[in-house]
Amino acid sequence: MSTAKDRAPGPAGSGLNDDIGEEKRLALYRSQVRLRDSEQRAFDLFLQNLVKGTSHLSLGQEAIAAGFAEAMVKGDLSFCTYRGHAHTLARGVPVEKVLGELMQKDNGLMRGKGGSMHLTSEEHGVMGSYAIIGAHLPIACGAAWRAQYRGDKDVSVCFFGDGTTNIGAFHEALNFAAVWKLPVVFVCENNLYMEYTPIKDVIPIPQPAADRASAYGLERILIDGNDADVVYRTAQKAFARARAGEGPSLIECLTYRHSGHSRADPAKYRPEGELEEWKKHDPVKIYRERLKQFGVSDAQIAEIDASVRKEVDDATEACKAAPSPPLDIITTDVYADGGWAWRN
Amino acid sequence: MAEISYRDAVTRGIAQEMARDPDVVFLGEDVAKPGGCFKATVGLYEQFGGVRVRDTPISEQAILGAAMGAAMTGLKPIAEIMFSDFIAVCFDYIANEFPKARYMSNGQTKCPLVVRTANGAGSRFGAQHSQSVENWCMMIPGLKVVAPSSPIDVIGLMAAAVRDPDPVIFFEHKSLYNSKGEVPDGEILDTLGTAKILRSGKDCTIVALALMVPRALEAAERLRIDHGIDCEVIDVRSLVPLDTKTILASVAKTHRLFTVEENPRLCGWGAEIVSIVADEAFYDLDGPPVRITTPHIPLPAADIMEDVVLPTPQRIMETVKRSLGA
Ligand SMILES: Cc1ncc(C[n+]2csc(CCOP(=O)(O)OP(=O)(O)O)c2C)c(N)n1
Ligand SMILES: [Mg+2]
Repeated sequence: MSTAKDRAPGPAGSGLNDDIGEEKRLALYRSQVRLRDSEQRAFDLFLQNLVKGTSHLSLGQEAIAAGFAEAMVKGDLSFCTYRGHAHTLARGVPVEKVLGELMQKDNGLMRGKGGSMHLTSEEHGVMGSYAIIGAHLPIACGAAWRAQYRGDKDVSVCFFGDGTTNIGAFHEALNFAAVWKLPVVFVCENNLYMEYTPIKDVIPIPQPAADRASAYGLERILIDGNDADVVYRTAQKAFARARAGEGPSLIECLTYRHSGHSRADPAKYRPEGELEEWKKHDPVKIYRERLKQFGVSDAQIAEIDASVRKEVDDATEACKAAPSPPLDIITTDVYADGGWAWRN
Repeated sequence: MAEISYRDAVTRGIAQEMARDPDVVFLGEDVAKPGGCFKATVGLYEQFGGVRVRDTPISEQAILGAAMGAAMTGLKPIAEIMFSDFIAVCFDYIANEFPKARYMSNGQTKCPLVVRTANGAGSRFGAQHSQSVENWCMMIPGLKVVAPSSPIDVIGLMAAAVRDPDPVIFFEHKSLYNSKGEVPDGEILDTLGTAKILRSGKDCTIVALALMVPRALEAAERLRIDHGIDCEVIDVRSLVPLDTKTILASVAKTHRLFTVEENPRLCGWGAEIVSIVADEAFYDLDGPPVRITTPHIPLPAADIMEDVVLPTPQRIMETVKRSLGA
């Protein structure tokens, strides 16, 4: 859990004009509020029976998505999990596109063909959201291999949970990336739980990712994942290392999800008081306080909050009004010729 | 024109494509300096260097996952899975990742890659290194699946697979690596989804794949000589896309269908072909379609046992003869 010391804003005496700077700080704040409001809206729409299928929210984990995305530049690639709404939004995908996919409307990011667990927007560098635990770690290695092979300077960033550190693909990918010195950054969002089982019950070490880094010759990196400044600075360092050809990084971010694992989960397995304790370290709250501490006015903050709220409200209305996808796309894009023909 | 082995054809096919396109890269276990466990890629490392021909750890998921990530972002990787049985440890990529990415992303994600793998029995390796698993892949929408039976087809279909924009699983047959065939000089490019009539006949159609192709041809020759039965032999070559036109046209001419499969009995590719013929050409048939397969058992290792479970020219011949009432 984060401590007051971990959450100190930066070097002593620093302020909005430190290494992060005012513009980036406001962007980090806006992004986190946008993720928070969009996820909260997704939950509300689920309660109204307007979000179909499943959904996995990142409420409480926004600083990680925002911090990494704000440190990425155009061309950098994100590989996400089924808990991928936040990472997708953080790369600049419109809220309407994401909510539309959750509501299985024609205006959705993949017109209803992928669903909440598979958000993809290649034009924003979102190279897919993967619902088989661990599958995307090797895939991110492959994208990084292409960058290495061609001399491209982009970094592949791969997000996953604490539970994912126990599957084979995690270990295959870490070893592979380290041996090939690939420009890939692995980000473990340790929210303390797999679906319903605490991660500590299924690992023989305290930290699922950080304590395994040394096995792959990597530095042990464990950070407060609820402090967007800490996340942002850590991301920048890892990206610089990747771009310089120095190989992969494995970053474990401590965080907590405020809601259940998926929409069906009331999260009754959590000990009493745990959620309340973590809510004191809510990333959005922390960041709002920090901006104020740095002298950003209440009015400026309220303006950001209002403009985000408007984007989410407008998106919601657009999605409610949008038609369902046409059935003729059921058989499109199975193969590269656009169709599904398996015979002549 | 030169006679080369099926093994050397693999190298030549890959080399042809790597020389043509710098985006073609090749990765797998022991494939670079050692030239592969079956010596089917000897010389590629020397010709193209260690940046394009790369050895990997024993990490089948990393191999296929890396191939996919590279393919999604612009390369044309060829990945080797040493024995096709090992597809089982990286089946997620074959079943869930390669073939679904384009569809789930509504056409955004591309996956132009080739997985080549040594398939099939005959080496007395036992149940985990001898299987024919092309039907594991055939059942998955979004994949393409080929299994050549001759050196020229290896080169031509490899080129077609590498140039194809979809993920292709390329099954090489272990017991064919030493077989030889005439191959013209210069570039060879074939077409996926095309079967080949290797022998024309009027009395029955025998559809076969990979190692079963030379066995079907041998059976057909003996049926002609010993019994005057005139068999048409079709090499399916490509299970997906499937050239049903060639098969249906042949059945319309011969009125009888036999499939020869190395797979164990249940859900082999022959069952699909029989079902298509039953649906669409039932009234062309003069008798029941017959599947000749390996029995539904794990493969035994010992030579005398392995030899009796795989379809042999003798078994094909006897089955056809009995079914035609000759
Ligand atoms: C291979 C595989 N096994 C199991 C599951 C079911 N499953 C989905 S999410 C999940 C928990 C993952 O936990 P973690 O990695 O900590 O991620 P979080 O959900 O906490 O973000 C499980 C077991 C799956 N999708 N894939
Ligand atoms: Mg977790």
